[in-house]
Amino acid sequence: MAATSLTDGQLVARCRRGDQDAWRLLVERFSRYVHAISIQGFRLSEHDAEDVFQEVFARAYQRLGQLRDDDAVRPWLAQLTRRACLDRLRAGARVDPVAEIDAGELDETLELLEDAWFVRELLEQLTENCREILDRFFAQDQAYATIGEELGLPPGTIASRISRCLAKLRSLAEGRSEAAGASGGQSA
Amino acid sequence: MSGYDEERLGRLLAALPPAPAAWVKAAQDLPFLRAQVDEIVARAEADAVFRERLVADLNAALEAEGYEPERRLVDEVRSRLEHE
Repeated sequence: MAATSLTDGQLVARCRRGDQDAWRLLVERFSRYVHAISIQGFRLSEHDAEDVFQEVFARAYQRLGQLRDDDAVRPWLAQLTRRACLDRLRAGARVDPVAEIDAGELDETLELLEDAWFVRELLEQLTENCREILDRFFAQDQAYATIGEELGLPPGTIASRISRCLAKLRSLAEGRSEAAGASGGQSA
Repeated sequence: MSGYDEERLGRLLAALPPAPAAWVKAAQDLPFLRAQVDEIVARAEADAVFRERLVADLNAALEAEGYEPERRLVDEVRSRLEHE
């Protein structure tokens, strides 16, 4: 089985057996998520966010054996990240930074990131071309001209491709969301 | 009504930009770093002269042994030597 198609649980199991390719993939898979929690959720500086990022993955590597449910690696990483962010804020603060965090705003951002993760997982079901074009445009904020140049496409076709790919993504999101609603489950 | 219109999808896609490539690479290299640290510490435990050189000037001793004395390696070895 190709490493990229592994479930989170399978990936964790391979990491625990010392598979370095699996570890590289695990870091790659969750890097955006860990980064976003510290930058958007806790509004850390780039410098502090980088330290937190390395600390989270170092702890994850050391403690992978303590993870009770391999499939729950993402919430576990989220918890490690939240703790590391709070420690970082406390270390440099004169007053209790936790009291200064707007809990409502933080929860809202973390909820948004959950939803964003759900959409990223759906993105994996699109063609590579769609994934690439949507990621470059929205997540990497690249201009039509740059995307066209990088992907060898006429810039004039980028807008219509983005629109088509978004429509496919929307259809997947609505399908999943309705299915989850019908079964009484959650969408993410 | 699911609420996943194109505008919202765009916002959600934008909410997870890539982490800086250098951060990702450093985290991916952790197992390699750990192996290097284990190797250095094991040698320091077995060789008192090598340990003395490490304690006297960690960067120079690592460099002399062919290790790239980058910050994380130096910090990690120093911490292990202090706690061993």
